[in-house]
Amino acid sequence: MSKAKPLGGRIITPTLFICVIFTGFFLYFAVQRFVFGIGSVTNLNDGFPWGIWIAYDVVVGSAFACGGYVMALMVYVLNKGEFHPLVRPALLASMFGYTLAGVSVFLDIGRYWNAYNLYLPWQMNFHSVMFEVAMCIGTYIFVLWLEFSPAFVEKWHLTKAGSFLNRIVFALIALGVLLPTMHQSSLGTMMLMAGFKLDPLWHTSSLPLLFLLTAIFMGFAMVIFEGTLSSRIYDLGDETAMFSKIARIVSWVLGFYMVIRFQNIFMRGELGHAFSGSFLGNMFLLENVLLLVGLVILGAEKKRSNPQALFVAAVAILLGGSLFRFNTYIIGFDPGTGWKYFPSVGEQMITYGLIAIEIGAYTVFVKFFSVFTTHTPVKSNQKERIPHV
Amino acid sequence: MSKEDSNTVKSRLGNVSRRDFMKFCSAVAATMALPGTVVPDIAHALTSPTRPPVIWLHGAECTGCSMSLLRSEHPTLEKLIFDLISLDFHETLSAGAGHQAEEALHRAVEDNYGKFILVIEGAIPLKNSGVFCRIAGKNFVDTVKDIGRKAGAIIAIGSCASWGGVAAMEPNPTGCVGVQEVLSDKQVVSIPGCPPNPYNLLSTIIHYLTFKKLPGLDQQNRPKFAYGRLIHEHCERRPHFDNGRFARSFGDEGHAKGYCLYYLGCKGPVTYANCSTNQFGDAGSGCWPVAIGHPCFGCAEKGVGFNVPQFTTSPVLHTTPGAGSAPITLERGEGASPGSAALMAGVAGAALGAGAVFTAKLGGKEVDHEDKKA
Repeated sequence: MSKAKPLGGRIITPTLFICVIFTGFFLYFAVQRFVFGIGSVTNLNDGFPWGIWIAYDVVVGSAFACGGYVMALMVYVLNKGEFHPLVRPALLASMFGYTLAGVSVFLDIGRYWNAYNLYLPWQMNFHSVMFEVAMCIGTYIFVLWLEFSPAFVEKWHLTKAGSFLNRIVFALIALGVLLPTMHQSSLGTMMLMAGFKLDPLWHTSSLPLLFLLTAIFMGFAMVIFEGTLSSRIYDLGDETAMFSKIARIVSWVLGFYMVIRFQNIFMRGELGHAFSGSFLGNMFLLENVLLLVGLVILGAEKKRSNPQALFVAAVAILLGGSLFRFNTYIIGFDPGTGWKYFPSVGEQMITYGLIAIEIGAYTVFVKFFSVFTTHTPVKSNQKERIPHV
Repeated sequence: MSKEDSNTVKSRLGNVSRRDFMKFCSAVAATMALPGTVVPDIAHALTSPTRPPVIWLHGAECTGCSMSLLRSEHPTLEKLIFDLISLDFHETLSAGAGHQAEEALHRAVEDNYGKFILVIEGAIPLKNSGVFCRIAGKNFVDTVKDIGRKAGAIIAIGSCASWGGVAAMEPNPTGCVGVQEVLSDKQVVSIPGCPPNPYNLLSTIIHYLTFKKLPGLDQQNRPKFAYGRLIHEHCERRPHFDNGRFARSFGDEGHAKGYCLYYLGCKGPVTYANCSTNQFGDAGSGCWPVAIGHPCFGCAEKGVGFNVPQFTTSPVLHTTPGAGSAPITLERGEGASPGSAALMAGVAGAALGAGAVFTAKLGGKEVDHEDKKA
């Protein structure tokens, strides 16, 4: 197996330039939020105490960032060494995804200067789901940076730190698999507590399981999505063979999810509501149609080995999974008595800015640190690959 | 408490029904903020065949604390002292007099040596060896020292017994002090107030009977369940304070409207007691001083009651942010504005477009591959 290498090359690219512009917007609105308070930037209110920063940046963003989780699970726990080249890019994306989710939480909590209390043992409330999520995500951010730290070790030749890392890396990986399993399901538990405020299409005691499953297949889909993009943009060679194997796993997980989802809706007698033509019913259908499109594409072996179909399926799954999480956290949530919420311009700019930071930092990191395993050019590789495909 | 248990103690409960009795136990548990699960324990402790002996002594005081206890009705005092606890000696309620009463006291003390609950009401004069309060030919201070030594638990009821109260008011000619000062080597539970809420005493005694230990005490040995919070914190007139609506003199418009009495010298902001949450005794709701329009004078707080003049305003110990005025019409959030909707649509469109272009390019390459393979 070829070793991961920094890509090198030009740092300032048009992509990075656009990202920097959006980062500028982000900084402008973040400063405004910290100086003038959360109400000056957001449309949050007493009915919707959290909005797009939590629903997208934390809930959807952390599912997008589950690539590191599922790849670590595959390679280190299920011992599928063949996927090893995908681990580090996935970890990098996860690291940024989670770190920025943490930043987003910090922006979202009203009295951010009290945030340190989370880490004071005598302040901890072990009966709180929110505490579980906060603690898990807070810890997982550090774990991800440590999991990725071999790249720093290689870059700066930190041999001492490297040998120390080698000794503890098994614990990091164990934590890296345990923590997302805990908090991704807890993200579902959190909205379970919303009770009747959440539409019955999404409010079910299976929410924790549904959230865990969406995290898993969205993580895999993200690996395919992001891998396809980077392999084309950075000319890394064709990784379709690896992706199609992952796609096969996704089709099983997604299929399992769809069965549970519809059985759950049917069992609770809400299928009529889903097909009633109401706005929420349609949102439910849209969410599941997107997932179904992904499932149908990935279910066919021929389609699985076509990079275009793979990419379309990955996008459909990511959109469907995100819509499920958006529906649960904002769209299907009605606090009653006429509360309304739509993210303000400033609020959206912060979210776009965070995405831009993630993309920009990713493009810089892959050039500085050993993230990608470059393959030999596609053509000379093809003979070797055809039997697998 | 099961029906059978109830029947065995029926004679002692008199006209109190099992239901009323359990309600009393629940109310006591609630006063101390204990969980409902201890209610049966309380019932058991109160109905056990050996009634806990209580000896009640009076010093330099007005018997107001006993009077307030007489007003408690859940159950009535006589049920409590004759049937639930064993009030073996109480000077005011005693039927006997003179030598007969004294003999009863000493017999009660000797019979229950080390077990009885000693309740002391009233301050203890120390000046001139304490000659200012003599009972049965003995200085009260000597009686307290003698009997206090033999008691299982000691409760000082009322402000006088707690720190001297009205009897120790400046210039304190008789040198009155509280019980703790005389029995400095013993733990004395203080239940200050002039008079204190009788349920604070009942709850303390019943806690001791149920759990065989005293409830949690603060630094001045007051039960935390009753004296843990400032009156001001839970005062029914607190919203007026937070919004700056004050009565400025008795009978003015603000006073008539029930505004905050802070500027009339209310000592609620410096007095730790549960008057604002438990009201007063069985007098009914709305019958504690602040509710009837009289500022609190801090009777339960050493150094405030009988010490700071009635109309002197007190410092506010814990300044908390005002609740602000609740708006009449509530803004219920904004929907999509043209700007925010356009931004979201634009970004989503751009992302979709980029995705479509990329997908198309992917397709192109793939066709190439397939062509080549073919």
